Amino acid sequence: MTDHALRSGQPAATTWHLAEEEDHDHGGNGATLLGFWIYLMSDALIFASLFAMYGVVSTGYAGGPVPREIFDLKLVALNTAFLLASSITFGQAMPHMEMGRVGPTRFWLAITGLLGAAFLGIELYEFAHLIADGAGPQRSAFLSAFFTLVGTHGAHVTVGLIWIGSMLVQIGQHGLSLPMKRRLMCLSMFWHFLDIIWIGVFTFVYLYGVLR
Amino acid sequence: MSTLLDPALHAHDGPHGHGSRRGYRVGTILSILLTAVPFWLVMSGVLRDAQTTALLIFAMAMVQIVVHVVCFLHLDTRSEGGWTLLAFLFTAVIVVLTIGGSIWVMYHLNTNMMPMPGGTMGPVR
Repeated sequence: MTDHALRSGQPAATTWHLAEEEDHDHGGNGATLLGFWIYLMSDALIFASLFAMYGVVSTGYAGGPVPREIFDLKLVALNTAFLLASSITFGQAMPHMEMGRVGPTRFWLAITGLLGAAFLGIELYEFAHLIADGAGPQRSAFLSAFFTLVGTHGAHVTVGLIWIGSMLVQIGQHGLSLPMKRRLMCLSMFWHFLDIIWIGVFTFVYLYGVLR
Repeated sequence: MSTLLDPALHAHDGPHGHGSRRGYRVGTILSILLTAVPFWLVMSGVLRDAQTTALLIFAMAMVQIVVHVVCFLHLDTRSEGGWTLLAFLFTAVIVVLTIGGSIWVMYHLNTNMMPMPGGTMGPVR
C-alpha cells in the first residue's frame, strides 16, 4: 500500500479511493489507473531527457573506449531476452488475477521476478566488467551518459523487483482482493513500461552504438 | 468482486470480448520478432551497409514500441474516456521534441564550432 501511494504521488489517495469504492463501483479504480498512467508518462519524459543527453554526447569518447570495443552484444541479447520474457510472463499472470486464482497468479509473478532479477544480475555484471576495464562513468562523456541512462533504467527495474516481492507477500496475506488487483494492474503497467524503455536502450545505445 | 473490476479492465474490449487475449498473443509474437531481427541484422552484419541497418533497426524499434503500448499496455481510443491516449500522444510529442531537438541543435552547434578532434564540443571532453 505504501509503495503504491508513493508512486502515485498522493499519500492520502489510497484510503480515499478505498472509501469511495464502497459507494461508486469502480470509480476509484479508474482514477488510480489513469493517475498511474500519467505517472508513467512523466517517467517517460525523464527517460526522454536522458536519451537526449546520451544522443548529444554519445560521440564524446575523450580518447577512451568506443561502443564497438566495450559492448558485448551476445550479453545484451541475453539480457533483452530475459526482460522481454518477464514482460510476457507478467501477461500470463494477469488473466489468472482477473479470475481470482491466487496460486497461478503468484507462480507467474514469481517467474517474472526471477527473470527480472536475472536481467539485473547481467546488467550489474556488465557494469562491474566495464568499470574493472577502466571504462567507468568518469572515463568519458559517452560513458557518463551510458551509465546514467542504463543505470536509471536498472534502478527502475530494482524498484519493480521490490514491488513484485511485496506483492507476492501481500497476495499471501490478503488474497486477490480489489485493492490487490488494482495494485497488480499498476505493477503490470509499470513492468511493461520498463520493457518499452529497454527497446529504446538496446536499439539506440547498444545496436546503433556497435553499428557506427 | 471481479465484476466490479471488469469495466475498468475491459473498458477497451467492448463488443470484441476476448480481443485483449488475442491482442496479447499477437503482441508476444510480434515483440519477439521485432527484438530478434534487429539483433540478428547487427550481429551478423548481413546488410554490410551500416546506414540501411541503422534505419531498419530504428524503424523496428518504433513499431515494437507501438506494439507494446497497444498489446501490453492496452492503449486505445476508449480507455478512461480517451484520456490515456491523449496523455500518451502529448508525451510522444514531447519525447520526439526533446530527443530530436536536442540532437539536431547540438549537432549543428558542434559542426559550426571550431573544429575539435573527435567532433564534439570542447567542455565535454
